Amino acid sequence: MGNPHSHGAQCSHDAPQKHGQEECPDNGHDESKRDFIFISAASMAAVGTGVVAWPFVATLGPAKDTLALSTTEIDLSPIQEGQAVTVMWRGKPVFIRRRTAQDIELARKVDGDATAFNSLRDKQKDTDRVKQSTFGGKEMPQWLVMVGVCTHLGCVPMGQKPTDMRGDFDGWFCPCHGSHYDSAGRIRKGPAPHNLAVPTYTFLSENRIRIG
Amino acid sequence: MAGNTTPTDFGNPVINWIDKRLPVFTMMQKEYGVFPTPRNFNYLWNFGAIAMVMLMVMIASGLVLAMHYTADTKLSFNVVERIMRDVDYGWLVRYIHMNGASMFFIAVYVHIFRGLYYGSYKQPRELLWILGVLILLLMMATAFMGYVLPWGQMSFWGATVITNLFSAIPLIGDTIVTWLWGGFSVDNPTLTRFFALHFLLPFVILGVVFLHIAALHVSGSNNPLGIEPKSDKDTVPFSPYYTVKDLFGVCVFLIIYAAFVFYAPNYMGHPDNYTPANPMVTPPHIVPEWYFLPFYAILRSFTIDIVIPFTDIIIISSKLGGVLLMFGSIAMMFILPWLDTSPVRSARFRPLYQKFFWLHLAVCITLGFMGAKPPEGIYTVISQICTFLYFAHYLIVLPLLNKYEKPLPLPPSIHEAILAQKK
Ligand code: HEM
Ligand code: FES
Repeated sequence: MGNPHSHGAQCSHDAPQKHGQEECPDNGHDESKRDFIFISAASMAAVGTGVVAWPFVATLGPAKDTLALSTTEIDLSPIQEGQAVTVMWRGKPVFIRRRTAQDIELARKVDGDATAFNSLRDKQKDTDRVKQSTFGGKEMPQWLVMVGVCTHLGCVPMGQKPTDMRGDFDGWFCPCHGSHYDSAGRIRKGPAPHNLAVPTYTFLSENRIRIG
Repeated sequence: MAGNTTPTDFGNPVINWIDKRLPVFTMMQKEYGVFPTPRNFNYLWNFGAIAMVMLMVMIASGLVLAMHYTADTKLSFNVVERIMRDVDYGWLVRYIHMNGASMFFIAVYVHIFRGLYYGSYKQPRELLWILGVLILLLMMATAFMGYVLPWGQMSFWGATVITNLFSAIPLIGDTIVTWLWGGFSVDNPTLTRFFALHFLLPFVILGVVFLHIAALHVSGSNNPLGIEPKSDKDTVPFSPYYTVKDLFGVCVFLIIYAAFVFYAPNYMGHPDNYTPANPMVTPPHIVPEWYFLPFYAILRSFTIDIVIPFTDIIIISSKLGGVLLMFGSIAMMFILPWLDTSPVRSARFRPLYQKFFWLHLAVCITLGFMGAKPPEGIYTVISQICTFLYFAHYLIVLPLLNKYEKPLPLPPSIHEAILAQKK
C-alpha cells in the first residue's frame, strides 16, 4: 500500500488520470475493491483491539470479593451523647457521631438563616444529612453518619477524639490542606469542594445500623 | 546502520566476525568513540551520563529488592523491615535504592536546568527535549509508585492524596479513581498493581532514554556557547575526552551519593514512613518526597472556586484548578520550544533572559520550600506568588523577551571564542 513505486510502471495509483484507462484497465475497479478490503480490515482490527482491550481494563476495577465486602453493621448502643466512633467500611473510615443538642442546634441555625445557608459551598440542610425516618416513634437527628474522608484529596479529618482540633465550625478539621467542616459535616472553609459524604445506611433497629 | 556500512577493522577476529553480522561495535565506535562533540563542555554536561548511571543503579538495586519483596498490605511493611534487618546487605541495597531515587532526581533536575540556561530545547533539539520531559514524567510516576511499596504511613497517604487528584475530573472522576484503586480506597489491589508498574516503568524509561540519545546523536550536543560547531576545530572525539570527563563527574557524584547512603540514609526521607500504613489515621502533616515539593506547592496554591458570576455554578473548583495548574506546570516544559523562539540559545548572550532564568530557578526552589510547609497563612500567599511567577516566566516573559531583548553578538565559532578567552 505504502509504496506506489512497487506497482509503479504498470498501474500507478498516484496518477490514474495521466496513465488513463488503457494502461490500467482494471485500475478503478481494483482500487475500490482494495479500498473496501483495506477499510473493512482496518475497522475489524480496531473493533477487535477494543474488544480485547476491554477485559484488560476491566480487570483493574473492583473485583467481586471487594464488592462483597461492601456492607457493615454497627451497634450504636455503647456510644454516649457527644461521643464519636470511627468504623471501617470498604477500607474507609466512617464517622458516627452522637451529636449533642448544641451540635444539632448549631447546624440547624444555618438551615434556618437564608444568608448563612446561601453562603454554603455545597448547599445541604442538616435535616437532609441525617435520617429523618422514625423508628419506634423517635426522630434520630442525633446520629450523624458520614464517610470520614475529606472530599478534597482524601485525608481523614480530625475531630473524632475529644482532644482533636475541630476546626472553626466545631465539626471536623482536615489538616492536610486545611478544610473546615461544621457539626453537620458540611464544608465551610478550605479547599474541599463537597460536604463529607453520607453513605447509604439503614436503621435495622433503634440502636443498630447497616452501612452499604 | 544500513547494509552498506563498510566494516571497521577492530583488529580482533571475533569482534570483526560479530561486527560484520551485527554492527554493534561499529555503532558504538561511531556514536561513542569518534563521535564529534563540541570541545567546550563545562561540568554541567556531565549530568546526562550521571542520570544514565543512576538509572542503571536503580534497576540493579530494584531487581535485588524485588527478589525479597512481597506486595501485600499485611506483609509489605514487615518484608521491607526484614530486608533491612535480616537479609545480608539488604539495608545497603535498600538505602542505595531509596537514596538513589533522590540522587536520580537531583541529576535530572540539574540536567534540565542546564538545558534551560543554554537553550538546549531550541531548534533542532525540540523532540530531544520533549523526550526528556517525558522521561521526567515517567520517573515521577515510577518514584511515586515505588514510595508506596514499603506501605508506611506516608506511602499510604501519599498514594491516597495523589490518586484522589483524578477525582477532580468532572463527571467521571470518581469512577476513574475507583478503577485506579481497584476498590473503594487505596488497598491491596492498589499495592499489587503499583508494584507491577513500578517494576515495568523503569524499562519503559530505558526505552525512552534510548530514543532521547538517538535524537541527540542526530542533532549533536548543544554547548555553553549555544552555537553549532562549524569545523573540526570546534569538536573533539567523544572518546577519550568526554568518556574520561564523564567518568570523573560520575565518580564525584557517586561519592556524594555514598555519603548519603552510609552517613545520612534517612535524611531525604520522612520518619512517618517507618510507621505501618493505617487507613484510619492521617498523619497531621503529609508531605511528598522532596523532588515533588514544587509541584505539590503549585497544586495547593489554587484556593478559590471560579464561578460563573452571580450564580453558584462552579466552573473550576479549587480542587480541579490545583490539579490543572500542577499538570500545566509540566505542560509548560513540553511547549517551551515554541514559547521561546529567540534564535540565540545560550543565556550567556541573552542578558535579560539570564536574569529571568535565575529568577525562575529561585521561584522553583521557593516553591519546593513552600511545598513542605503547612498550607496556611503566609505560606499560601508565597506559593501563590511563586506559582504566578512560574507560569508568567513561560507565558509572558519568554514571548516578550523574543520581541524586545537585544542579544549580545555571538562569537564566530567555538574555537575562536575559546582562543579569545585564553588571551
Ligand atoms: C526509575 C527508576 C526507579 C526509581 C526512581 C525508583 C524509586 C523507588 C522509591 C522512591 C522507592 C521507595 C524507597 C523506600 O522508601 O523504601 C522504591 C522502592 C522499591 N523499588 Fe524502586 N525505583 C526504580 C526502579 C526500580 C526497579 C527497576 C525495580 C525492580 C526491578 C524496583 C523495585 C523496587 C522495590 C521492590 C521497592 C520496595 C522496597 C523498598 O521500599 O525499599 N525499583 N523505588
Ligand atoms: S485532603 Fe482534606 S483538605 Fe486536602
